Amino acid sequence: MSLLVVDQVIKRFRGLTAVDGASFQVGAGEIFAVIGPNGAGKTTLFNLIAGVLAPDAGAISFEGTRIDSLTPDAICRLGIGRTFQLVRPFPALTVEDNALVGALLQRSGVEAARAHAHDVLRRLDLYDKRHQLASALTLPDRKRLEVARALATDPKLLLLDEVMAGLRPAETDRMVAILRTLNREHGITILLIEHVMRAVMALATQVLVLHHGAAIALGKPADVVREPAVISSYLGVEAL
Amino acid sequence: MIELWRSVPPRGRIVIALALAVLLALPLAADRYVLSVLTLIFYFAYVGQAWNLMMGFAGQLSLGHALYVGLGGYVSALLWLKLGIGPWLGVFAAVAVAAAFGAAIGWLGFRFGIAGVYFALLTIAFAEFTRIGFDHIDYAGAAGGLFLRVEETGQWWNLRGGTLMFYYLALALAGGALALTAWLARTRIGYQWLAVREDEEAARALGINVFRAKMAAILISSGLTAVGGVFTAFYSNNLFPSRVFDINRSIEIILAPIVGGLGTVFGPVVGAFILTPLGEVLTALTDRLGINAPGVKAAFYGLALMVIIVLRPAGVWPWLARVLRLTEHRR
Repeated sequence: MSLLVVDQVIKRFRGLTAVDGASFQVGAGEIFAVIGPNGAGKTTLFNLIAGVLAPDAGAISFEGTRIDSLTPDAICRLGIGRTFQLVRPFPALTVEDNALVGALLQRSGVEAARAHAHDVLRRLDLYDKRHQLASALTLPDRKRLEVARALATDPKLLLLDEVMAGLRPAETDRMVAILRTLNREHGITILLIEHVMRAVMALATQVLVLHHGAAIALGKPADVVREPAVISSYLGVEAL
Repeated sequence: MIELWRSVPPRGRIVIALALAVLLALPLAADRYVLSVLTLIFYFAYVGQAWNLMMGFAGQLSLGHALYVGLGGYVSALLWLKLGIGPWLGVFAAVAVAAAFGAAIGWLGFRFGIAGVYFALLTIAFAEFTRIGFDHIDYAGAAGGLFLRVEETGQWWNLRGGTLMFYYLALALAGGALALTAWLARTRIGYQWLAVREDEEAARALGINVFRAKMAAILISSGLTAVGGVFTAFYSNNLFPSRVFDINRSIEIILAPIVGGLGTVFGPVVGAFILTPLGEVLTALTDRLGINAPGVKAAFYGLALMVIIVLRPAGVWPWLARVLRLTEHRR
């Protein structure tokens, strides 16, 4: 059974249809990438899954339960963690406390949560910076903290909104390696929005291409990038 | 509690133990005036702490905390005067009534997304409505107020007594609120408040029920503040709607935590220890210099506040703790 099922979802903002009948399924253990040009509706799609927005039509199910009328916190409690495109760690809190807030979701004791937060920070290469304020971190560190915080909630599905954007190639590779480990060794299913094709090609098991809110291609990364519709709308001829 | 004590760095433990010992023994040496000033300091440290939980930790600005002080005072005073129920019992009713008002304000504000300054306006409006309401409740003495009879002999079980009793009671309240805040700051709800304060949407994305966290903050804060109201009613022996519910009372409450350090455990205490003596000194000084025209003291007080806030915008306590090396990096 698929972990996440998005079925004919439509979201309109006044005249604009941001997501226009998108349908796809994400199986457990996959790394599913959503790509597409700016304004294609990727972040709107994310916000629909995360419960920030409610769809105008269609259904979203997680582990067989409808989630499209739930609040973001209820969806997180079901096991969907998310990051924000514009990172928003809690600036006045330390790196450790940022992760701790996430870890408290599934743990009753603060000390148990702190231990789990340490664990997660180690996985994201942030353990040594745990006493720094989040506001003092560099962008790559803040991006990884954003992932750490979501990860600390013990999600089954992790929604990552452009976690590679703005990173240098070396940092991108580091993030790719971290995400791969999370997926393989910790069994976390990942749904990511990404512009960095280098990361998409390296990570994704499935790629969905959105254009004007509609899915124009779905398949394995190597196949999707050869489709003429994808090349003309997003990648451009030189990408080949 | 023991775990909480263990979390305090060694230097901090020494300072806390010393301060407590001095304050406990002080009535042996100090005169009534010093004790009454300290009582006032403890009172402001206490209500400041209650307000700080809501603003400093959960990030919800209330400019109407006089409402909870006034309700606490009126409920306990009425129970005592009309039904003969003493304040040690009356305090429970006082807390319940104030928390009910807090719940109503919180529900309206948080349910309908009234945030920031608009929420602050809502809290002011409730305090003002209640002031006007009490002006017309004849049962509670209306605008003429309520007076509590001063007993010849002290009766601690009815909060009738002298300087010493109120000194120790205020000390216990301030100490209790300090310990409670230190404990809350290390619990799940404490961390949830910080997350909500920092970024509501991000907090929600981490599974935090933001509405519930804010409601918890206003319930605890309003309930605690009402206890301060009971104290102040039985300490000053009179209650007037135009005084207890006045917005100036609300502002008084929030100054100590702001000056001391918002969202810190010791900020309200440090702020109260700075501001209350400052007020006393200014009163004495303007009297001595013969310039105690209306507003002169307020002008100097405001000036001093500005200087402190410009010099230490994050509050005095974070700076003081660093200078005295009272905080350490956690493990």
